[in-house]
Amino acid sequence: MKRVAIISYGMTKVDKHWDKSLRRLFGEAALMAMNKVNIPKIDAIIVSNMCASDLSDQNNIGTIVADELGLTPITAYRVEAACGSGGAALLTGFSLVSSGMFEVVMVGGVEKLTDNIGKMATFSLGKAADAEYELFYGATFASLNALLMNRYMHVYGTPREAFADFAVLMHRNGSKNPYAQLPFEINREIALNSEFIADPIRLYDCAPIGDGAAVVILCPLEVASKYSDSFVEIMGIAGASDTINLGSRDDLLSLRATITAANNAYKMARITPADVDIVEIHDTFTITAAISLEDLGFCERGKFDKLLNEGAFEPGGIVAVNPSGGLKSRGHPVGATGVYQAAEITMQLLEEAGKMQVPNSEIGLTHNMGGVGSNVYVSIMRRAR
Amino acid sequence: MSVPRYWREMPYRIRLEARKCKLCNYVNYPPRTKCYKCGASEFEKYYLPQRGILLSFSIIRNPPTGFEKTTPYVIGLVELEDGTKLLTQITDVDIDEIKIGMELEQTFRRISEDGDSGIIQYGIKFRPKYLKF
Repeated sequence: MKRVAIISYGMTKVDKHWDKSLRRLFGEAALMAMNKVNIPKIDAIIVSNMCASDLSDQNNIGTIVADELGLTPITAYRVEAACGSGGAALLTGFSLVSSGMFEVVMVGGVEKLTDNIGKMATFSLGKAADAEYELFYGATFASLNALLMNRYMHVYGTPREAFADFAVLMHRNGSKNPYAQLPFEINREIALNSEFIADPIRLYDCAPIGDGAAVVILCPLEVASKYSDSFVEIMGIAGASDTINLGSRDDLLSLRATITAANNAYKMARITPADVDIVEIHDTFTITAAISLEDLGFCERGKFDKLLNEGAFEPGGIVAVNPSGGLKSRGHPVGATGVYQAAEITMQLLEEAGKMQVPNSEIGLTHNMGGVGSNVYVSIMRRAR
Repeated sequence: MSVPRYWREMPYRIRLEARKCKLCNYVNYPPRTKCYKCGASEFEKYYLPQRGILLSFSIIRNPPTGFEKTTPYVIGLVELEDGTKLLTQITDVDIDEIKIGMELEQTFRRISEDGDSGIIQYGIKFRPKYLKF
């Protein structure tokens, strides 16, 4: 297996891009990535996307983006794993480079949720859950996560305020991110008094709906210096699945797929959670942030609120969580989110993150999740010199 | 929802039929081809218990299409008497009175409808045990 490097990245601001189509958004992120480095060729494109079939009447997204970039006839196809699509695409791209099948692979995610906003977007996003045994009963994606949150507060007695405080931290981080959809600060009262979406989840517990595209370019580590002066190595990467149905889970307070993917990625990278400086975790809802930080090994179970209060999830603490603002503030262009995370960690490790830079970061981790923890991807990157 | 898609799930949604593993006795609901716990593929037909307790719930205020008439409504995760868990709606209860741990029993209800000329979908909801009326 060849070792794999990320030699470039690009992204658009996450936003309601009324003036840009699916393909134009992807083109913008890809152009940024291609212009940063000296790449004579791209051998393949792996593109992640969840909702284009529903919201943009478009399948065959690989061809769409290869055509947009004038790169036909290269191999190009889409990978879908709900909100975990980006992480799945990264794992696919990694495998293609690592195996020697291709040398330079573009991994990109694109999502255009505002082409059909409102009920249709909610319905399309809900398809991450079980259509026959969850959505059938009127469950929405937010309400399934609300089941976890209600249970979490019931079992651990965690105060409601803790979740609001996490949203406040995310918005503080995101306010420094030029690519964030919601780059403004909020306070606890705003979060606590926002409207109910699915009790106990309120508006400010949720990631917003927006459009965006992100791209990273991979090649074997041994040739990375040919293309770029600065790059990161993907030291470990893994995926895992869990039952589609929440009812089949033994434990509602832990998402087993995160534990499995994280353990395998840590093992492959030969590190422990204590070695990680920065993470981009999948905080679709504030509750998934709490559970994910515990499952990734950064926090004892049920102690999320205590550590959050102590500043453990800020630079200088246990681990700097979501310097981008996370899904909450950077935004959540679902199928693209996992690629945003990889691009952001790369940007941090290369010390190109401007105002959101976390100083002296050597090792970073991405955690990307589809469904309610039913499909998870974890990757670990290290600055290569 | 197409008629065949609704019709073929009726045994599992309306009779709450599950597959009990002949090797390890784990109750697979919804049914699977291979057992979730042990991977075996021999099952016997098994009907889920009619009572259970509420493990967690959420109140839906932004409904998907087809559920507007009953909004707000409650979805809950119910742990049945044999330990099997299922997700469904909780009904016949004041939103303020719903509590984790409350005892529930199953009831046959309309779940949603597909517009004016589509099919009406039925299934099992759960309600508080021993209703007072």
